[in-house]
Amino acid sequence: KKLNISHSQITRLYSRFHSLDKGENGALSREDFQRIPELAINPLGDRIINAFFPEGEDQVNFRGFMRTLAHFRPVEDNEKNKDLTSGEPLNSRTNKLHFAFQLYDLDRDDKISRDELLQVLRMMVGVNISDEQLGSIADRTIQEADTNGDMCISFSEFTKVLEKVDVEQKMSIRFLH
Amino acid sequence: LFLSYLFPFDSLICMLLGISFTVWFTLLLVFIIVPAIFGVSFGIRRVYMKSLIKLFEWATLRMERGAKEKNQHLYKPYSNGIIAKEPVSLEQEIQEMRRGSAEPEFDMSDIFYFCRRGVESIVDDEVTKRFTAEELESWNLLTRSNYNFHHISTRLTALWGMGVLIRYGFLLPLRVTLAFTGVGLLVVLTSIVGLFPNGRMKNYLSDKVHLMCYRICVRALTAIITYHDSENKPKNGGICVANHTSPIDVIILASDGCYAMVGQVHGGLMGVIQRAMVKACPHIWFERSEVKDRHLVAKRLSDHVADESKLPILIFPEGTCINNTSVMMFKKGSFEIGCTVYPVAIKYDPRFGDAFWNSSKFGMVNYLLHMMSSWAIVCSVWYLPPMSRMEGEDAVQFANRVKAAIARKGGLADLLWDGGLKRGKVKEVFKEEQQKLYSKVLVGSSEDRSRS
Repeated sequence: KKLNISHSQITRLYSRFHSLDKGENGALSREDFQRIPELAINPLGDRIINAFFPEGEDQVNFRGFMRTLAHFRPVEDNEKNKDLTSGEPLNSRTNKLHFAFQLYDLDRDDKISRDELLQVLRMMVGVNISDEQLGSIADRTIQEADTNGDMCISFSEFTKVLEKVDVEQKMSIRFLH
Repeated sequence: LFLSYLFPFDSLICMLLGISFTVWFTLLLVFIIVPAIFGVSFGIRRVYMKSLIKLFEWATLRMERGAKEKNQHLYKPYSNGIIAKEPVSLEQEIQEMRRGSAEPEFDMSDIFYFCRRGVESIVDDEVTKRFTAEELESWNLLTRSNYNFHHISTRLTALWGMGVLIRYGFLLPLRVTLAFTGVGLLVVLTSIVGLFPNGRMKNYLSDKVHLMCYRICVRALTAIITYHDSENKPKNGGICVANHTSPIDVIILASDGCYAMVGQVHGGLMGVIQRAMVKACPHIWFERSEVKDRHLVAKRLSDHVADESKLPILIFPEGTCINNTSVMMFKKGSFEIGCTVYPVAIKYDPRFGDAFWNSSKFGMVNYLLHMMSSWAIVCSVWYLPPMSRMEGEDAVQFANRVKAAIARKGGLADLLWDGGLKRGKVKEVFKEEQQKLYSKVLVGSSEDRSRS
């Protein structure tokens, strides 16, 4: 119920989960995701797939699948002002930002080091930009974001950098029905 | 003593069996085989089709009523996508996010674009759904296509049960008989025609024999086909290309015109049929080893096409079966030969029976059983006007142009993705294209900076 997805959307997602589950064992593996061509050509495809799998696990069941997708529910206006006593919903601005933060944070230690940033940048640009140029891009980014001088970007520093970005819109997926 | 009681029954049973067989075969002959020979139709199949449509509509209404009574919603499939996707390019979206003003070279928010696109494709992508059977809006009384089981009333269940009886008890044996007749006649008659000396007589007979046997096969599937624009039918010295949904496509096209088939040499029953067919008129069968050699394939095709007396070649450039909601990438081989191309669009009506062959899930026998126990196969065939390669157009562009025309006529989605993705992985080069695009966005902005 915390996920706040409608019944028909759940049915649809289950149908999708089932069609991806080639092994028909009720869980998806990384290979199942990689079979989607549009995801396979996405430069950050592997990082996104990784976000579905909890630490150390190789299979994700339907519950986990939905939980991860719930981050991308649009934030309805009436929900923004609701008094949330049951905890923050998965699709809040903070949680959406956290999802994106984790795409950068390769070792899940809650900070983005220079090395991690470089690796992700390399994934996004392929072979088209030199090491030096990429290095200076990374340095500049960390310089602009880092406020406590530890040469890493923490989650709060990340949030501050992106405070003017319309995260709710950019990280939301709208169901047509 | 016991046996003597059986004897009179025995002969009675024999007589009854004999009579019913005779009646059965006479009916078969009069209503199906003779019309097939002459290419005429009694119109029985169309009446059958119309009554089936009325039945399906009633069944769907019943289910909707049942769902409303329970205050639930019926599961309705949407083949046009279930989530809203904006067709903006990478550059547009990232520039939007940067809001103009003092752009740094890289913004941490760039990742949102890739992230959202990635998750969108996990929820709904354009390619993987083309390799499974299309979902239907209304129920056609086949268990295999129902997603609303809990809304079925007793009346519907009874109807469904009757449907099962009719389909498996009556239609299936009838169709299997016809199929065997059709294939058997094809093998026997083409071998006989093969004994004739080459010449006009032989070609004439070969055409007639092929058409007749394919027409019997069409009736073996209860296929109801509507041909449009027959004035554009393929002529000798050309290549006919069509979108591919199932092996039945061949039977559908070949029952209305004569083609030279192309394919790999098979063993078993298929091999027997292939060897017989080639005796009557020249088809192009390749050995497994020859298929890899693209030059050899191209040469054999061009030689055939150059000979005006030989029939037009029938080719399916997608290379694999797609589920008839889209047309996927055409392999350029047949478009390099440089002759006239006759495009044909085939669209099946999925309400009566799904013709798509999911070859990774079902084998051939299983598939044929499915086909023969459906209500019917209903499809439309459009013969498009012939096309040739234009000046300055290469084979790939020509192939895409033909593909777009076929997709448009058949009402199918035109996709650039390769049908080979059914089994294989997507090529790395597409990911590299994405990376190149993004790099341009990064590097491009640094050029602006150096200017200021």
